[in-house]
Amino acid sequence: MKMLEDFGAGTLRFFEYAGGLVDLGSETARYIFRLRIRLTETVNQMYLLGYSSTVIVLLTSLFTGMVISLEAAGQAATYGFAAIVGGAVAWSSVRELGPMLSGVVVAGRVAAAIAAELGSMVVTEQIEALQSLGLAPSRFLVVPRLIALMIMLPLLTVFADVVSVLGGMWIAYTYARISNETFMASVRQSIGFEDVLKGLFKALIFGIIIAIVGSYQGLQTRGGAAGVGKSTTSAVVISIILIFVSNFILSYVLFRS
Amino acid sequence: MSVVARLDNVSLRYGEKVVLQNCSLDVAEGSITCIIGLSGAGKSTILRLLNGLRKPNEGHVYVKGTDICHMSERALIDFRSQIGFAFQFAALFDSMTIGENVALPLREHTSLSEEEIEKIARTTLESVGLENTFTNFPSELSGGMIKRAGFARAVVTSPDIILFDEPTTGLDPIITHLLTDTIKRLRAKLNATAVVISHDLQSIYMMADYIAMLFEGAIIAYGTVQEVRKSSNPIVQQFLQGSEVGPIPL
Repeated sequence: MKMLEDFGAGTLRFFEYAGGLVDLGSETARYIFRLRIRLTETVNQMYLLGYSSTVIVLLTSLFTGMVISLEAAGQAATYGFAAIVGGAVAWSSVRELGPMLSGVVVAGRVAAAIAAELGSMVVTEQIEALQSLGLAPSRFLVVPRLIALMIMLPLLTVFADVVSVLGGMWIAYTYARISNETFMASVRQSIGFEDVLKGLFKALIFGIIIAIVGSYQGLQTRGGAAGVGKSTTSAVVISIILIFVSNFILSYVLFRS
Repeated sequence: MSVVARLDNVSLRYGEKVVLQNCSLDVAEGSITCIIGLSGAGKSTILRLLNGLRKPNEGHVYVKGTDICHMSERALIDFRSQIGFAFQFAALFDSMTIGENVALPLREHTSLSEEEIEKIARTTLESVGLENTFTNFPSELSGGMIKRAGFARAVVTSPDIILFDEPTTGLDPIITHLLTDTIKRLRAKLNATAVVISHDLQSIYMMADYIAMLFEGAIIAYGTVQEVRKSSNPIVQQFLQGSEVGPIPL
């Protein structure tokens, strides 16, 4: 009986949470469609949330591309399929790892930052102050963060894709003596512009997830500093889980053929 | 007495905890009404009910003749912009300068030019004695100055009703006196109605036209300063005397 009660309560909490995310997302989208956008703040957020994540995203992608190439090039040297190493690196980077790793890395850094900032604003009554001034927190705070991430995460993913392929190319040459021409020919053969666009679409969705989950967790903060800590942790955990889940769904829908 | 805001048999619960139970209060137009009561009694909740930040579980809240309990969130957003709210810890936006904080409601709700907005913001800051803080950030100001900046932001749009949540808590007697005087001046200057939550009895005696005492979720005493001070209610007397002995459970 207790198990059933717990299951029921858990299910209720899940739908309550999902409903909250959808509510916040749709309210924010309404402001965006009505062009109620604070441009200066949006640019600030693009810098804070996007530009400041560049180094960590590039490093992660560089080493990921290098390690894929290392594994593939090792096998290639042994079994003589050097011509497909570039394709393997580009295929996995552009379609999957580029957007997903950028999303996960940015989620770790940015979802936490958004939740902590908005959570602190809740506990210091700044959110209530906004409401008492007749300003909707979703327009004032969530819209700039959402737009910033919708622009910056795909942009970061482009750089991540490029760096990952370049890192892979360098390792392929130094480790298995696969020439840059062979490597790049394989890249061109295995992925097309459509793959890049689909990868960037994934990044766009991940940006939305990070902004909405981070903001929602922040705005739901209760109970002082401890509450801010909890919100921050939950924002990272939930946004990363949602990125993985949505990545699978998107891959299934976008790349099925 | 013309009533500008009214709580009508309001009950409010947070989960199991009953905060207000059949609480009724009339706020006289053009007056300063101070609400007193024990810590955690629900005084700040009354302010949040008056500007629609909370909705009661039962009862009605009328402000300027409109029942705000049934307003949509969008309508409430517009409604709140007509009511000034000075928060207990000012709740200034720490990423903005004092000038930007004070100018924000004007930027968002009026079509005034930047020059006009800056002029009004500077004049309002001047009226609370903060003429030289326009470009400072909140973290660069003392507690008393932050409170006054919060007052300035609350009144910059010249609202009809101003709500002050514990404006003098935690400040020295001189600053307390200064803030009390500021509240009186702002109310008179704007010809507004003020509702003040405070524990500071000296300050309340200085500024209040009416005092309401909240106890166990309901208003148990209401009247002018003299009437409440002379109240025969032992709970009111124990509170005003700050005595440990009496009917209030500690």
